[in-house]
Amino acid sequence: MEYELILGLETHVELSTHTKIFCGCPVRFGREPNTDCCPVCVGMPGTLPMLNREAVHDAALAGMALQCRINPVSRMSRKHYFYPDLAKAYQITQQEIPLCEHGALQLSDGHNIRIRRIHMEEDAGKLIHTGSEILVDYNRAGVPLIEIVTEPDFRTPRQAVDYLEQLQAIMRYLGISDCKMQEGSLRVDVNVSVRPKGWKSLGVRTEIKNMNSMAFLVKAVEFEYQRQTALLNQGGVVNRETRRYDQRKGETLPMRQKEADNDYRYFEEPDIPHIAITQEELDAWRRELPELPAQKRRRYQIDWGISPQDAYSLTKYPAVAAYFEKVCQASGLPNRAAKWMLSEIFAFLPDEDAKQNFALAVTPQKFGSLLLLEEQGELTHAMAKDVMADLLAGTSFNQALLGRRGNIVTEDDLETLCSQALEEFPGAVQDYLKGKKQAAKVLVGAVMRASGGRADPRQAQQRIAQRLQELE
Amino acid sequence: MESRIKAIHQWYYERKLSCEELTRCYLQRIQREQPRLNAYITCTQEHALRQARTVDGKLSRKERLMPLEGIPMTLKDNISTRGIRTTCASKMLHEYVPIYDAFVWQRLNHQNAVLLGKTNLDEFAMGSSGETSYFGPARNPVRVDRAPGGSSSGTAAAVGGNLAVYGLGSDTGGSIRQPAAFCGVVGVKPTYGAVSRRGLIAHASGLDQIGPIAATVTDAALVMDAISCWDKEDATSLPDQRISCLKDLESGIKGLRFGVVWEYHHGITMEVADALEQAAEALEKLGAVRVELKLPALQCALPVYYVLACAQAASNLGRYDGVRFGRRTDRYDGIDDLIRRSRGEGFGKEVKHRILLGTYVLSEGYYDAYYQKAQTLREEIKGAFYQAFSHCDFLLSPTAAGTAYRIGEKEKCVDHYQTDICTVPANLAGLPALSAPCGFDGEGLPIGMQLTGPKMSEPLLLRVARSFERETEGSYQVGKNWEDQVWNMN
Repeated sequence: MEYELILGLETHVELSTHTKIFCGCPVRFGREPNTDCCPVCVGMPGTLPMLNREAVHDAALAGMALQCRINPVSRMSRKHYFYPDLAKAYQITQQEIPLCEHGALQLSDGHNIRIRRIHMEEDAGKLIHTGSEILVDYNRAGVPLIEIVTEPDFRTPRQAVDYLEQLQAIMRYLGISDCKMQEGSLRVDVNVSVRPKGWKSLGVRTEIKNMNSMAFLVKAVEFEYQRQTALLNQGGVVNRETRRYDQRKGETLPMRQKEADNDYRYFEEPDIPHIAITQEELDAWRRELPELPAQKRRRYQIDWGISPQDAYSLTKYPAVAAYFEKVCQASGLPNRAAKWMLSEIFAFLPDEDAKQNFALAVTPQKFGSLLLLEEQGELTHAMAKDVMADLLAGTSFNQALLGRRGNIVTEDDLETLCSQALEEFPGAVQDYLKGKKQAAKVLVGAVMRASGGRADPRQAQQRIAQRLQELE
Repeated sequence: MESRIKAIHQWYYERKLSCEELTRCYLQRIQREQPRLNAYITCTQEHALRQARTVDGKLSRKERLMPLEGIPMTLKDNISTRGIRTTCASKMLHEYVPIYDAFVWQRLNHQNAVLLGKTNLDEFAMGSSGETSYFGPARNPVRVDRAPGGSSSGTAAAVGGNLAVYGLGSDTGGSIRQPAAFCGVVGVKPTYGAVSRRGLIAHASGLDQIGPIAATVTDAALVMDAISCWDKEDATSLPDQRISCLKDLESGIKGLRFGVVWEYHHGITMEVADALEQAAEALEKLGAVRVELKLPALQCALPVYYVLACAQAASNLGRYDGVRFGRRTDRYDGIDDLIRRSRGEGFGKEVKHRILLGTYVLSEGYYDAYYQKAQTLREEIKGAFYQAFSHCDFLLSPTAAGTAYRIGEKEKCVDHYQTDICTVPANLAGLPALSAPCGFDGEGLPIGMQLTGPKMSEPLLLRVARSFERETEGSYQVGKNWEDQVWNMN
C-alpha cells in the first residue's frame, strides 16, 4: 500500500530581548556558566517573576508577521516536571490562552501551512556532563522563547525545510531572534505520521525531539517514514511516543518512557496577572512591522522581473536585501544588480553567518555607478569585476577605474582579433561549417583572451558570427 | 489600651530607657521564655543590638524617629532575611540562608526596626496549630498546654507573651488571624496585593499575604502603614493609592452598617457565640447598624480553599529538590534518586500530605473536577462578598469556631482543616480581614472577632476595631502587665 507522509512542526525560537523574560538579567550567548543569573533565575524561595514587556512585544510581532490573531488577553501557566535544569520544577508557559493563534505561512511551492498558535515561555538551564559529575548552568534559564506550532500540513521534509528557512528569515527581518540552529536559538520538534493515500483521517504520530540541523531533520523524517510504513505493512501499529534522532546510526530511537511520559499538571500562574494588550498598543506594534521577505520577493518579481529563485536568495537576509535595494536605487538596473549580487558578491561570503552579518566595504552608490559604466559599455564585465575586486581591497573608486574605463578594444582592433582567431583555429571553423554551431564559442573565447578582457563579449560574438556566415 | 509603639517612643524621647536597654530586656525575656513557649527558631541578638545602637545614636543627636524605628519586633520564619537563616520550620530549609531581603523586611530594616529573631510556624505555613514545625510546636502564652494557633504560631505567641512588640506573619487561609485570636492579640490579613509578597516563601501564591500581629489596634495600624505599598517587582502588588490606617483611626463608627453572616456561625461554640453577640451589641452601642445576611456561597469555601491551596503549594514546593539550596540527601544514585530522597527526608508529614493532595487535584483527568471547579466556586464566593458589601460596610464574624485547643488534641488533619472555616473566605476573595480580641471563654482563653471588608478597606476595619477596643477599655487583651515586665527586667 502506498502511504502519505504527514508532518507538523513545533519550533522554539529564542528571543534576543535585552533582558530575560521574568527578571533583569541580560540575555547573552556563551558567557561563563552561572554569571548571568539572579535569585529569580535559580528559583530561590520567595522570588517572583515580572513579565518582560519587550518579550510580549517581540512575540506579538512574530504573530503579526505570521498572520495570527493576537489575543487581547492571554495568560501564563505553570508546566510541572522535575529536572535539575528547571529551577522551579515548573516552566512558566502559556497553555489555555496563548498570545497568538490561527496564523499561516505560504511555502515557496504555494502550499499553505496553518499556524495553530504561538505562545511565550521561559527557557531552562543546561546540564554539563563532565564524566564524573553533572553540573548545571542557569545562564539560559529564563531566556524568553516563543513556540510556534503548526497544523499537520506538511507532506514532504523539503516543505518543512522551506518553512523553517522562511521562518528564520522572518524572525531576522523582525530583528527578534538570530535563529541559529547550531546555537540552539532555533529548535525544532517534528510530529510524523503516515496514512494510506487518499485517506482523510490522520494516523498515529510520533514526535522527534530536538532536531539540530535541517539536514538531520530531512534524514530523520525519511527514516521515520520508512519505519512507520514498514511497521504498518507488516500488520503492526505505530505507538504514540517521543523519539530522538541518533546521528551516528542515522535512525530514530524511542526516548526513555520517563522522559517522554509526563503529566504536566498545568494550572494558571498565580504570580502573573493576565496579559492585556490594548488596541492602541497593537496598532503601534503593527506599524513597526517591516516589509517582510515574502512581500519583498513579490515586489522584486513583479516590479523588476527578477526570477523567483533569485528573489528568494536576495531576500533571505535583511542586510543583503537592504543593500541590494540601495544598489538598484543608485543604478536603476535591478537585473544587473541581482546577477552581480548572486554571482560576484556572494562569492565573497563564505557562509550563512557572513550573509546574516552582511556588510560590504563598497557603498551601494559606488556599486551602482560601476553597474552603470558596465551597462553603458564603458567597462566590460571582466573589467568591472576587476574594479570591484580593487574596491573591496580598499582602492578608491577613481584609482580603480584608472586605465580601465573606456579602454575597450576598438572596432578595427576587434576585426583584426577576429581574423587572427579564425586563422589560429581552422579546426573550429571547419566544425562550424559542418554544422556544429557551438564551435563558434571557441573562436569568441580566443578573441576575448587575446584582448585581455578588454573586448566587449557581445560585440565579439556578433563579429565572429558575421565572419562565419560570410564563409558559409 | 494605648499603643505600645508610641509608649516606647515616648520613653526613648524622655530618656527613660535607651533602645539598647529595651532590646536587651526583650532578648533576656526571649531567652527565659524560650523553653516554655518555643516561640523563636532563631534569635538575632547581634543584629538587634547593632540596630539598637544606631537608634540610640540618632536619639543622642536629638533626631526624630520614624514610626517603627527602634521597636523590637520579629518576623515569621518564612520571610526572607539576607544573611539570616530562614527555615520555614522545615528540615528541608533548616540551614538555608537567603541571599536577598523580602520587600517587607527591606521596608522595616530601612526604618531601623530592631529584629529580635525569626519566629516559629507550621512547616511551610501548613497547619493551624503550630504543631507541624520541625522545631517543635510553639505554645500559647495564655496557657502553655494550648496551641497558639497557626500557622503564624511563634509570631502570635511572641507578641502575646511580650517577647516582641509586634511581628509580621503570613496568612494563606487564616494563619495570621486565627493565632491572633487564640493568643488574644490583633492580626491583620491585608487585601491581596496590598503588601508585597516578594521574599515571602510561597505557600499558595494566589492566597498568601503578609500582615501584622500586634498587641493593640493602633500598633497594627502603624505597621500596616509601614509595609503596605506598591512593589514594582511583585506583579500582583496593587498600585499605590493607599489611605493611611492611622489617620482616621479614632474617628468612630457612627452610621456604619455591619453584616452578621449566618454561614459563619455554623458549628461555633456557645461561648464564642455569646462573645460575638456582645461584640455586636457593643458596635451597635457605638452607633453602627446591624444587618443580618446569608451568603450560601461560603458553604463550599473550605473544600475550595484546600483544593486551590494544596495545588499551588505542591507546585511551589517542587523547587526543593536538593540541587540548588536546602537539604540534600547524603547518599543517592543518580538525579531521580537525589530528588526523591532529598524530598522524602526533608519534608514533614503534613507537607507531604498536601503535596500529594495538590498533585492529585491537578493530575490529567482530574483538573476539571477539582481545580477548575474550585476556581469557578472561588469566583462565586467573590461575587457573594461583592453583593454583601452593597448591603453593609463590613462583616462581623468569629475568627475561629472555638478557642485554643490542647496541643496534640486534634489528630486527624481534616479536624485541623475544619478550624479554618471562618478565615478562608477572605483569602479566596482577596479581601482584608482582621481579628481582634473580644472575650474569654470559661477557662480564660481568648476569643477573637473577625472583621472583613471590601478591597482596601483596612483603614475602616482598623477604625472599627479601635472603636471597640476603646469602648471595652482593652479588657479583652492579654499581657496588660507588659510595662511591668519591661521595667522589672531593668
